[in-house]
Amino acid sequence: MGENREELQRRLKRWEETVLAEYMKERPESRKEFITTSSVPIRRLYTPLDIPPGHFDQKVGLPGEYPYTRGVHPTMYRGRLWTMRMFSGLGSAEDTNRRFKYLIKHGETGLSVAFDMPTLYGYDTDDDEAKGEFGTCGVAVSSLADMGVLFDGIDIGEISTSMTINAPASVIWAMYLGNAERRGIPFSRLRGTIQNDILKEYQAQKEWIYPPEPSMRLVIDTFEYGSKLVPQWNTISISGYHIREAGATAVQELAFTLRNGIEYVEWAVDRGLKVDEFAPRLSFFFNSHNDLFEEIAKFRAARRIWAREMRETFKAKSPRSWWLRFHTQTAGVSLTAQQPETNIVRVALQGLAAVLGGTQSLHTNSYDEAYQVPNEKAVRIALRTQQILAHETGVVNTVDPLGGSYFIESLTDFMEEEAYKYFERIDKFGGCLPAIKKGFFQQEIANSAYRYQTEIENKERTIVGVNDYVTDEVSVPEPLKISKASFENQLKRLQSLRRSRDRQKHKKSLEKLHDVAAGKGNTMPAILDAVRAHATLGEICSVLREVFGTWKEPLLY
Amino acid sequence: MAKKIRVLIAKPGLDGHDRGAKVIARALRDAGMEVIYTGLRQTPMDIVEAAIQEDVDAIGLSCLSGAHMTLFPEVVKLLRQKGVDDIVVAGGGIIPEDDIPKLKKAGIKAVFGPGTSLEEVVKFFEHAAGK
Repeated sequence: MGENREELQRRLKRWEETVLAEYMKERPESRKEFITTSSVPIRRLYTPLDIPPGHFDQKVGLPGEYPYTRGVHPTMYRGRLWTMRMFSGLGSAEDTNRRFKYLIKHGETGLSVAFDMPTLYGYDTDDDEAKGEFGTCGVAVSSLADMGVLFDGIDIGEISTSMTINAPASVIWAMYLGNAERRGIPFSRLRGTIQNDILKEYQAQKEWIYPPEPSMRLVIDTFEYGSKLVPQWNTISISGYHIREAGATAVQELAFTLRNGIEYVEWAVDRGLKVDEFAPRLSFFFNSHNDLFEEIAKFRAARRIWAREMRETFKAKSPRSWWLRFHTQTAGVSLTAQQPETNIVRVALQGLAAVLGGTQSLHTNSYDEAYQVPNEKAVRIALRTQQILAHETGVVNTVDPLGGSYFIESLTDFMEEEAYKYFERIDKFGGCLPAIKKGFFQQEIANSAYRYQTEIENKERTIVGVNDYVTDEVSVPEPLKISKASFENQLKRLQSLRRSRDRQKHKKSLEKLHDVAAGKGNTMPAILDAVRAHATLGEICSVLREVFGTWKEPLLY
Repeated sequence: MAKKIRVLIAKPGLDGHDRGAKVIARALRDAGMEVIYTGLRQTPMDIVEAAIQEDVDAIGLSCLSGAHMTLFPEVVKLLRQKGVDDIVVAGGGIIPEDDIPKLKKAGIKAVFGPGTSLEEVVKFFEHAAGK
């Protein structure tokens, strides 16, 4: 092998001095530097010299085996396709229930709920803070009654449901559990995910309620509760998606997400939980942006880093604890308002990267999302894009088709090394919480966002239809409006619930929750009891706000 | 030396998408303006009070949650109620085409959607302050 490398080095040198040099004399390259979407310079050519000796055995290996670079399952999509899961939510629970049924009819295989802003912040629809925000970018769920309507006629004992909810995640989960209970479906049959990743809220998505420490306690409460009582539920989806959308590079997305994952594991272990009892229910969520190879390398590096950290650092014994299972969403931020139909192509390529990267579940964005929550036609095309990837392109035929590519393997190694550099920097702060309080992640993300925008501004980066290939033609997607009737209907249901519930039971349940929150016990049972007593999301979060206080972020840009 | 243009960049309502607001704040600062960034979750009244206290020439509002039709006009209304008519208000975010004329009628001087160049935004605020 050593001799071969020397021979190859000589051959490469000869090629550079002769073939390449002569060619470049006549036809120089169009740019001095070729960079990825994350501004990483990429070389002209990759060869076996970029792969260190022993690389396959130590770093690549076989699918379904440590370090899982090639995928968590031995057969990947030959065994089972990824879950086609379209993030949906608009207006009232009735409106969104209709959208769910529309998508199921057209072949989606998992549900994913987008909540509106008031719900994400733990406010009821009729709260002053909710003014103007009802149903605009998700569905409003203020009570167990709303949750019942949202899943009416859908078999939640069969289909899995992912819910993008963070600060009030335990309350919304309790409503999902409460609804299953009312329908006679045992918790053990429920499959799904709550996002419940509060760290990235402080770093990027910015939908927090309480300060970091009590928020972390609420997250660990769900780990503990879920591992005992809802064994098929993913109690967290550790998310890079929003970190990337806020402006991070692929490396930053990878590094911050996995470091957050490590932080959750540390907190859970500190609580006294056994790693192999909760780690198999940790799941991940990544972005898939424009740069095909950078994204694929990121997904592969993520699996390898996580497997190593879980096995080596946390001494997990069960292979399921080593698996990094993830959902992917195509990059919302890459969608253009100009010539919006071109987004269909962007989404297809980003979806392709996710599949080549071995995702377990995928959401493809709709082409009209630079304007609005998608209309039915746009969302159907987005779902069809996944079906084309699955059934027409042939990419599902073999496992990790790009494994062994000099470029992909080299880029995967690069991603991994850069992620560990960030881990060191975060560790120097004393972990994720001190780094959040000092604005470290926030400043890193803002810097990258500004650099990206400046590159577009200076035309160092071409965005088709935006800073080049511009047309005067205006093409506006068919508008989607949330009706006033939906809002009034939601208010009526909320008011009728407040009138008809058992007042004593309701009051007592909130007092009990207050006591538990002020003490050290697990909050989940008390939250579930409050939900059963028809306490609303806003009422429950008010109690927790009173006990925990609220959070203000460091201001920077 | 000419007085620096002062701009308040604000995030009204519950929306947490602050990438655009921060990029704009930095671009205006790099163009030589004094920028005050309010941070997230500001009520229209918070924004108006900050604008008056900071004596700004213009306000840039950013909203990507769809609540712009309630929040943007409210800022202009409160400014007028306080007798302020020399602060220019502009807005940006995920804003359907249909809403733009309505926002302009409500006193929002300019609406910037996705893909707007930083240069265009800088020019707008330079022009607005030189009114």
